[in-house]
Amino acid sequence: MTTRAQQFPTKAGYYGDFGGKYVPETLMQPLEEFEAAYRRLKRDPEFKAKLNEILRDFVGRPTPLSEAKRFAAHCGDFRLFLKREDLNHTGAHKINNAIGQALIARRMGKQRIIAETGAGQHGVATATACALFGLECVVYMGEVDMARQELNVFRMRLLGAEVVAVSSGSRTLKDAINEAIRDWVTNVRTTHYIIGSVLGPHPYPMVVRDFQSVIGKEALKQIRKQAGAIPDVAIACVGGGSNAIGLFHELIPHPSIRLIGVEAGGRGSALGSHAARFSGGTLGVLHGTRSMILQDENGQIAETHSISAGLDYPSIGPEHAYLQSTGRIEYHDCSDDDAVEAFHKVSRLEGIIPALESAHAFGYLLRHGREIPDGSIVLLNLSGRGDKDVPQVMQLLNKER
Amino acid sequence: MPNTKSEDRLPSGSRSGRLKRLYKRLETEKRCGLIAYVTCGDPDWATTVAIVRALVHAGADAIELGIPFSDPIADGPVIQAASQRALANGTATQDVFKIAERIREGTDVPLIAFSYLNPIMRLGADRFAERASAAGIDSLLLTDLPPEAAKEMRTSLHERGLGLIFLLAPTSNPARIAAIDHASDDFIYYVSTTGVTGARKKLDPSLLTRLDEMRAQVKKPLAVGFGVSTHEHYQLLSGHCSAVVVGSAIVGAIADGPPAGAARRAADVVRSIMGKK
Repeated sequence: MTTRAQQFPTKAGYYGDFGGKYVPETLMQPLEEFEAAYRRLKRDPEFKAKLNEILRDFVGRPTPLSEAKRFAAHCGDFRLFLKREDLNHTGAHKINNAIGQALIARRMGKQRIIAETGAGQHGVATATACALFGLECVVYMGEVDMARQELNVFRMRLLGAEVVAVSSGSRTLKDAINEAIRDWVTNVRTTHYIIGSVLGPHPYPMVVRDFQSVIGKEALKQIRKQAGAIPDVAIACVGGGSNAIGLFHELIPHPSIRLIGVEAGGRGSALGSHAARFSGGTLGVLHGTRSMILQDENGQIAETHSISAGLDYPSIGPEHAYLQSTGRIEYHDCSDDDAVEAFHKVSRLEGIIPALESAHAFGYLLRHGREIPDGSIVLLNLSGRGDKDVPQVMQLLNKER
Repeated sequence: MPNTKSEDRLPSGSRSGRLKRLYKRLETEKRCGLIAYVTCGDPDWATTVAIVRALVHAGADAIELGIPFSDPIADGPVIQAASQRALANGTATQDVFKIAERIREGTDVPLIAFSYLNPIMRLGADRFAERASAAGIDSLLLTDLPPEAAKEMRTSLHERGLGLIFLLAPTSNPARIAAIDHASDDFIYYVSTTGVTGARKKLDPSLLTRLDEMRAQVKKPLAVGFGVSTHEHYQLLSGHCSAVVVGSAIVGAIADGPPAGAARRAADVVRSIMGKK
């Protein structure tokens, strides 16, 4: 039994009270142009065939669905299935969107691509797509993130991208986006900005969602086959929210599926110590979209903290804000400590080293798995692999000794 | 100028009429105006008041009071740094009211609050409009608020007699140009080039042609900003627009030395650009 999902966003790019297009005038016409190109190509059989061919032959889709029996048994009495986005080429779901947008850029005649990156996964994915299509690539990355994701910085450079260090503000993802927007506003005639999450001005949250919804489409088919039913619970970590929307989009019309988004609880509940936008945020506008934002009483954007660079962001995709307001998706936090514990547990019990971002979804199950009814079928989006996080976790272990 | 009831209705602009009178006067005097931008609270709010007084004395025709925001995506390094300094010393959105009140004590210069949407949204559009109106502010400009998303903000401001000014960019298409001309109160802020704020040695080579084309398409006066920083720029642009906006050149001079000399350094920039001794 499915309910018909309302068509969001609206023509103006809103999801209920959230979303929209709040950018300097210089970018308004280019956004209209991008949206028109996307809507045209979405229905173009040649474009769809090309995208599917690349996703199959280059990215490695469909990604498998693996049952995680030992970790599930450790957490409770349910069956756990992992959507293996970690097995995509470049190691995370980000490539689904990067390839799609790079294809659009090429069709729009834009030869130069810019991107922001937090954990480096979107930067690597974009650099990869640009290498594949012969496009110039510049990636903006905060200095703090460059230090904690050194390996990905080198990977991007190997792929021929220029990585620009951003030293303003908190020197993380938020500031990288600021710099990318400044670049775009300057070079907008030659350049396409590939935003890596369901963030930013319309049409980005829609475009990125659509490219990522392949995750849920595949997972639903696979879980029906492997478990003989649709899941009772689906769970994903939420930074900007692209892997979560990618999984949930196809599940939303099934009202029996409980949907859980897990935000970064960081070190605690004080402003600046976490990236939990729903428990600590208020309505605001950042980076072109109206959503829930961590900010102070003067409307200045707050610093955030998460052990995982990919979740360390003060705003959340507007569609998440909408789905939270309607109650369709519930959001919880997972602390740094629980995420690290899950990182170790999943590695040992399943032979999979998860990204610290994805470890937050596992961390929720560690803490709350007993609350899930016995015999449930749980679907978790393993959004990326953890190789990039190994040096950071190694440092943590050394500190503890 | 008489303020009849009908003039208070949309889209008549700020009820004070200060900006309308300014553009009338510039037209009569056949002169290009200069709008000076400062970041409130850099180096501190009292100095901002002194700087604005000096700018007006030096010949600035209107003042943009920048309310600092942590993530100024439309600004280049000079104004970014000023915003960071202002926020670091505790400048709050409300300080713009205190600053405007003090300026208003001594001058009738038009005052335009300049910021990003989030700080104003956080305070509340109605609350901002009420307090800004009481402080003698004439208009508001938000770099990340295009007209199609501005209905609520416009209503709040217009109810309190304040105007809302919109930006027009080199990339704006004819439909957008028409909508902005209709929506922008008293004048339109024309962005000289694709890019962020900041002094530039040379203006965009296509600017003068574009400006002449643009003037033929819009009814409202055009003020040109982004990059305008020298007397040569001012001379080039005179005759092609109603006013120029100078920001980073002034903000840079304010930061370039001790606070005590900030007002004098800022005023020198205005005099130099206008070609006054």
